[in-house]
Amino acid sequence: MGRTSSKEDAGALFHSLRSAYAATPVNLKIIDLYVGFAIFTALIQVVYMAIVGSFPFNSFLSGVLSCFGTAVLAVCLRIQVNKENKEFKDLPPERAFADFVLCNLVLHLVIMNFLG
Amino acid sequence: MARSLIGFMVLLLFLSTCEASPIYQPISVCHRSAALVHFSPDHGSFKSLEETYEALRTFDVLGIQKKPNVTATACRLISEAVGSSSSTPKDLFYALKANSVAKCKINDKVFQGIITRLNAAVNDASSLLDFHYSVGGLVLVKSSKPDVHLANADGIFRSVKAFSQGDGKWRYSSNNPESSAFAAGIALETLAGIVSLASSELDQSLVSTLNNDISKLFDSIEKYDNEVLYFDVMLGDGHDHQGPLATTSSIVRGLTAFAALPGNKILGLANFFLGVGVPGDAKDLFNQIDSLACLESNRQGFPLALLMVSIPLILFLPSTVLSLTKKDSLQVKVNTVLGLNPPPLTVKLVGAFTSGSKDASLVESQELGFDAGTGLHNLNNLPKSIDVGSYTFVFEIVLHKPEDEKVYVTGGQKKVPVFVTGLIKIENAEIAILGSDLGSIETQKKLDLAGQSAVSLSANHLRKLRVSFKLTTPHGLAFNPHQVLLKLRHESKVEHLFVVGNSGEQFEIILNFLGLVEKFFYLSGRYDIELTVGDVVMDNSLLRAIGHIELDLPEPPEKAPRPPPQPVDPYSRYGPKAEITHIFKAPEKRPQKELSFAFLGLTFLPLLGFLFGLYRLGVNLKNFPTNTVAATFAVLFHVGIGAVLLLYVFFWLKLDLFQTLKLLGLLGVFLVFVGHRILSYLAATSAKLKSA
Repeated sequence: MGRTSSKEDAGALFHSLRSAYAATPVNLKIIDLYVGFAIFTALIQVVYMAIVGSFPFNSFLSGVLSCFGTAVLAVCLRIQVNKENKEFKDLPPERAFADFVLCNLVLHLVIMNFLG
Repeated sequence: MARSLIGFMVLLLFLSTCEASPIYQPISVCHRSAALVHFSPDHGSFKSLEETYEALRTFDVLGIQKKPNVTATACRLISEAVGSSSSTPKDLFYALKANSVAKCKINDKVFQGIITRLNAAVNDASSLLDFHYSVGGLVLVKSSKPDVHLANADGIFRSVKAFSQGDGKWRYSSNNPESSAFAAGIALETLAGIVSLASSELDQSLVSTLNNDISKLFDSIEKYDNEVLYFDVMLGDGHDHQGPLATTSSIVRGLTAFAALPGNKILGLANFFLGVGVPGDAKDLFNQIDSLACLESNRQGFPLALLMVSIPLILFLPSTVLSLTKKDSLQVKVNTVLGLNPPPLTVKLVGAFTSGSKDASLVESQELGFDAGTGLHNLNNLPKSIDVGSYTFVFEIVLHKPEDEKVYVTGGQKKVPVFVTGLIKIENAEIAILGSDLGSIETQKKLDLAGQSAVSLSANHLRKLRVSFKLTTPHGLAFNPHQVLLKLRHESKVEHLFVVGNSGEQFEIILNFLGLVEKFFYLSGRYDIELTVGDVVMDNSLLRAIGHIELDLPEPPEKAPRPPPQPVDPYSRYGPKAEITHIFKAPEKRPQKELSFAFLGLTFLPLLGFLFGLYRLGVNLKNFPTNTVAATFAVLFHVGIGAVLLLYVFFWLKLDLFQTLKLLGLLGVFLVFVGHRILSYLAATSAKLKSA
């Protein structure tokens, strides 16, 4: 009875997480996908910098921070759009999306200026 | 008109060749041409009566023939002035002065009118110049009408005398404290005029009070060079601004009018006026000529005291440089100040002394022969004791007639500096290279300093260079010129100068290269040799390149002094400068292109993963609005976002921030409007769905 190995426990945990995740709405999944895409892009840039050195540093920062920035904004959007979140009950999702678009545009303006 | 212009130019050209004379020479042709240049009338007439008078008087003294139209226009000016009732006393004064030279006819009625007006002016006069013009005018009228008198001469004399300050300077008016020596001259002239116009004898005590003023004036006389006397502008002379020439000239006129010029001062004053040379403007020329004429014809005074008339005689040498080579003879000329012939006299050479030495005279006292044709006193053969050099010759004038001695002033002994030049013989000129042992001669060559030959020598630092020659004067004596220099110039233009020493006639210089190695900055190579022998009394001073020497000097040690930088051609600073090589920061090491492109490709992988994930999720566009308006807005919304992103790409590629912000502003407004419409539509639709 108590002799279930940790491996089996991990497997059971993973499965339960997976099934629970399948229940999330599609729009939230899209946002999660977008966040993952942004983070991966950032990681590739960090690896590149690690290989070739940090010159020019402003370009590296600009690239990495654009990815992280847009990821953060997407997370904010997910919080506001999620129906289970009671705090943002009264906020229409279109409004949150409009905020997301606007903030991204400003972020990318700053990024392009800093890119050099 | 053109001819007169050409004549004028010829005069100017001639005038430019008249240099300032170094010793005081009498009036010459140069002064005549100057007078014609300065006093050339404008369209035949002069600008004012004063200038007319000055021109006429100068021409008269210098003996220049006046052109008839000049006299005619002068007479016209004069008659206009004397005839007009509105002429001031100053105009009348100058008109009458001009008339005394031009001698135009003025009829009696006009004279009467003048006399009345001048008498009235005398009574009304309050300033020194008022008195001067009115009294002076009356004096000039008296020469034509001898019965002119001045009433109340005593009173007028006292009024003028009141302007004296007592220290030699006189004021112009009683309420103006400014005073000057120039005014003193005017005052003396005026007072002399009053004395001559007095109807009865003036109180002698009054006149003798003037002696004090005159002696105070002489106390202020300035001396120059032991030969020249003049009156300078004294300190505190107000706005008079008359220079020493005008001041001295005015005082000479005043003193001559009183015949109060002492004989011992006349020569000094004459030297002052002659020392001016040829003045540069008309007023100065008039002052000079008029004063010299006053000094010369000093007889016009009044027998107040003794009849002191003295005409100065000027002794001068037309040329003070005598060449033994050309066998020049010593020539002396004696003239009066105005260049006229003197009375019969003999010039004696009292002595000749080497300049600066107090030894006895080199020649005996002897008389110079007189050539009546040229008017020159000659000494044909210079005594043998006069060799080349600079001397001071002392001359004395001896008048033939004893009665002339009362009339003429000779000035005693006159010292004149004279230069005697000649050919200096340069003999036994040799150049030699000496060895290190005493007396051993390696190379010896004769120098031909008269010709053009050049010697070629070579030496190393252990050798010595010797240049020697002998200098003798035409009379065979040793000669020590002012400059005897040897110059060595390296190919790099570095020069070294040495003075050649002498013992008696023999000049020799030995350059010991061992000691000079450091002075020559260890520069080996070809040195050009140049010899300079020069003096003011040498007829054949020379500066010659006598050849060159190849010098072999040892290598310079570490701390050897560098040769001084040679002067750069001053215009080279405007030429191109040397290229500047900039030192830049070494560029950073960049990665290889392939690596960069590989990672660029890798960056797109997550995007592909995102798109694949979307596909797997079953994303679709079913919720796209079907309503046309809404659909348009939706499309416009996406187009707007795409346009902003495109703008960002252009921003990175070529735009700057301000241009981007401008465009972004426009796009942003559009986007906000469109976005608001579509999103509010979507919100409304979903709210309707929820409520339904």
